[in-house]
Amino acid sequence: MSNKLIVLLVVVAMLVVSVPVVGAAEPDVIKMGVFEPMTGAMAAGGEQTWEGIELAKGQKSEVLGKPIEVVLVDNKSEKVEAANAMARLIDAEGVVGVVGSYGSSLSMAGGEVSEKAGIPVVGCSPTNPLVTKGKAYYFRVCFIDPFQGAVMAKYAVDDLDAKTAAIIQDVAQDYSVGLSFYFREKFIELTGDPKSVVAFSSYQTGDQDFTAQLTDVISKNPDVIFSSGYYGEAALLAKQARELGYEGVLLGGDAWDAPELIEIGGDAAEGLTFSTHYDPQGATTPASKQFVDLYEAKYGRAPNAFAALGYDAYMLLVDAIERAGSTDGDAIRDALASTDKFEGVTGWITIDTDHNAVKSAVVKTVKDGAFSFLTIVEP
Amino acid sequence: MDLTLFLQHLANGLSLGGLYALIAIGYTMVYGILRLINFAHGDIVMMAAYFAFYGIALFLLPWPVAFLLAIIGTVFLGMGIERVAYRPLRDAPRISVLISAIGVSLLLENVAIVAFGGRPKAFPRPSMFAEQWEVQGVRFNNLTLFIIATCLVLLVAMFILVYRTKTGRAMRAVSRDLEAARLMGINVNWVISLTFGLGSGLAAIGALMWAMKFPQILPLMGVFLGLKCFIAAVVGGIGSVPGAMLGGVILGVGEIMIVAFFPELASWKYLFAYSLLIVILFIRPTGIMGREIQEKA
Amino acid sequence: MSKNTVSKILTLISLVVFVLFLLWAQQNLNPYLRRIMILIAINVIWAVTFNLVFGYTGQFSLGHAGLIAVGAYVTAILTMAPAQKEQNFFLAPMMWPLSQMEWSFLPALVTAALLTAFVGFLVGIPSLQFRGDYMAIVTLGLAEIIRVVNMNLQTITNGSLGLKGIPSHTTLLWSWGAAVITIAFIATLVKSSYGRAFMAIRDDELAAGAMGIQVFRHKMIAFVIASFFIGIGGGLYACLLSTIDPNVFIFLLSYQVVTVVVLGGVGSITGNVLGAAVYVSLFELLRPIDGPIPIGPVTIPGQPGMRMVIFSIIFLIVILFYRRGIMGTSEFSWNWLLTKLGIWRESAGVQE
Repeated sequence: MSNKLIVLLVVVAMLVVSVPVVGAAEPDVIKMGVFEPMTGAMAAGGEQTWEGIELAKGQKSEVLGKPIEVVLVDNKSEKVEAANAMARLIDAEGVVGVVGSYGSSLSMAGGEVSEKAGIPVVGCSPTNPLVTKGKAYYFRVCFIDPFQGAVMAKYAVDDLDAKTAAIIQDVAQDYSVGLSFYFREKFIELTGDPKSVVAFSSYQTGDQDFTAQLTDVISKNPDVIFSSGYYGEAALLAKQARELGYEGVLLGGDAWDAPELIEIGGDAAEGLTFSTHYDPQGATTPASKQFVDLYEAKYGRAPNAFAALGYDAYMLLVDAIERAGSTDGDAIRDALASTDKFEGVTGWITIDTDHNAVKSAVVKTVKDGAFSFLTIVEP
Repeated sequence: MDLTLFLQHLANGLSLGGLYALIAIGYTMVYGILRLINFAHGDIVMMAAYFAFYGIALFLLPWPVAFLLAIIGTVFLGMGIERVAYRPLRDAPRISVLISAIGVSLLLENVAIVAFGGRPKAFPRPSMFAEQWEVQGVRFNNLTLFIIATCLVLLVAMFILVYRTKTGRAMRAVSRDLEAARLMGINVNWVISLTFGLGSGLAAIGALMWAMKFPQILPLMGVFLGLKCFIAAVVGGIGSVPGAMLGGVILGVGEIMIVAFFPELASWKYLFAYSLLIVILFIRPTGIMGREIQEKA
Repeated sequence: MSKNTVSKILTLISLVVFVLFLLWAQQNLNPYLRRIMILIAINVIWAVTFNLVFGYTGQFSLGHAGLIAVGAYVTAILTMAPAQKEQNFFLAPMMWPLSQMEWSFLPALVTAALLTAFVGFLVGIPSLQFRGDYMAIVTLGLAEIIRVVNMNLQTITNGSLGLKGIPSHTTLLWSWGAAVITIAFIATLVKSSYGRAFMAIRDDELAAGAMGIQVFRHKMIAFVIASFFIGIGGGLYACLLSTIDPNVFIFLLSYQVVTVVVLGGVGSITGNVLGAAVYVSLFELLRPIDGPIPIGPVTIPGQPGMRMVIFSIIFLIVILFYRRGIMGTSEFSWNWLLTKLGIWRESAGVQE
């Protein structure tokens, strides 16, 4: 009996103790939240983005005379965790602004929470239009999918002379579904033939076997296959497509931009072509070149698109806080909305009325086992 | 659908089914002896894959050595789990062991996330397994043949072990009646450890084949895989090794064929495994090749 | 005054005090703490219902996640604003009339609970015919079937894309109110003749049948009642999370419910409450482990995921060494408390 009393008291004590611990007076810092997928299917993107944010913090760690404290919460590549992470950042940590997330679904989930709380969020790389549409507090420093889908459709038709295409999408990801939609729209428009998309198949995040879908798709002889999912599945899919005898080009979007694409895809990764946000070779602003040096000094390799975007998102948020002159959510929001020609490492960032950045896209391919820059496409 | 296409799908199905079969064998052995659904089996598969991966990537061992060490390591892991998490509960109500298995499963998954990181790793495919063959327009990997061959070899090996050796007889005795076996002088603890070790070793072989075919390894890769392979074992007849193989093949071929014949139903293919389970449990609870298990009152 | 009457008065007083505490907390505690308390309440509901089915009736069901999903989705679909729905359903438009419905919380919750009870009935028909491990797998399989169906009903549930922007109706009062009602109902049920039948079935199904208890019927009653309240818990959960998708409701969630009940003590409603409180608090309290921990001059670098490892270890320790959980099978009672405090003398009466 007494054991139970003790346990009961311990539990009550824990709960009581956690109250002051959580509500303790904070040292005088400005807290910035970061919610990214550090584990799970999208971990590569989250980790790469975090690299950029850490680098940026090293460069600029104070604003309005106070040190900046960055709080990272892992959203585990899950939509529900994204909402939880955001709630935690806002309620428990009391952040004034948030950066994140890689993965449009995750951004959208977290965005619901931040919108209600009136906390501004700067997205680094989510490209689905719905992330910012109709939202007062969500912004992004990257382009959106209507543009990205069109980029790849144009590349397919103009550069590859494709007359027919097949689309394989990840039906669990808003990003993938949206991007496929825009690709399809543009492809049909460019070829003038509504039947030019000969096959449309789908899978779920986490799937490993695509042989059934691929066998079906390949039998319809598309000139190109557009797979709008994330890098892990894309790598496996490419491998299996090659094994099934497909020799055409495989195209994708910025979710392919991760070293795992080549690691897991192996030989099959050769020739994979996709659109993304940034390439060190396509550096456009003075800050870009500086960024390349900084990144290489810290990490010992060439920077990737998501680190660059993470860097930009952080810098932009800090800049907005400075311009707002306060940590009030509405003031920061207004400052973000009026951003004009901010010098980012991924280009000159101007935020339009939909809270999106107007940016150019970079098309890359895998050549000789490494990413290789192909071309830049302007909006 | 023309013949070539159908055969291609069939080949894909057999390839996948063979993998399910390999892993299901481990499940069925453990259940046959202990009546325990080892929920942690899928995660043991995952650990085996990571052991091999690190053997090659970190310790730079040649792949045959790394594979062998991974199998041995997994055997010890399985035996260790039995010793620590299942043996103390042998006299407890059956549900406790089940809950313990859940706990072990969760522990393995979370340790993997911390130790191996959340990003997928690329599992190497040695060139011996990477050849592409084409027969009459149907393409497949020679890995598929290795998988099927391994299944058959293991089938024969298990048969010999269980029906032709003294140890096998001990295993069958323990499976029939644990107390009686103990009274007859069989070292029950040792037999059970052996069974677990064997099951884990088989899981490891399955893991290596799986990882070679699907070279992306993740800490949570064993979660659904384990569940599906368990269903395969139940469908084929829990406790029966040929049953596990049959179940695996049915599951693999079924999953592929559903998508092949009804491409619009691609997202429904997951339903196949679970529905098959329910149907089999109603029509023939002991599975297709299972034996009658006396239900103790 | 008899001890019984005193107990009842004390219970009433503590309920009133509790409600007042909730009202105060709603105004004064920060949103993060409120969220934790609401999560505890929801876990209490799930734990108590699992306890009804497993602790009292002896049926090990791993299908909780599927039933929670039904409750969550129905509530979400009924309470979301049409504008939100339109935004969410961009792959395929939502089925009419669901796309235009926007109900208030209580009717939506009750409807969800009723539907969940119905689904529980359907799930029970096949699964209650099995025992032990087999029931566990069948219920697990059925819960997964519910998940896959969810994933595919694109026009009703938005499939894998999930639902975002569910209105946050869940407050402390709603969640704890529901929890208290659930506890009261199930505690009363358990003390009734139904409860005795359940326990008879748990202890020895064959003997219970031989004594004239309609075994299957009683199992089903327990299961359906449990499903009703699970549905309420699910609905509260959806309106707390604001975002749901089918992958939230995988069998790992069923494992979570089992964890809570095992921690607190299978067969004790008090244990369920304590288990839920301990689980949720520990979950949050251990979060700093995921990040860097400063101990004096040294900082142990954080590893995302360490928290879950510690959790799994605790779980295993409990199941291996403290199988009875915190409370075992005993319940809290005023009798016990007042006796301990010396206000009452030990009597030879039956423990509550």
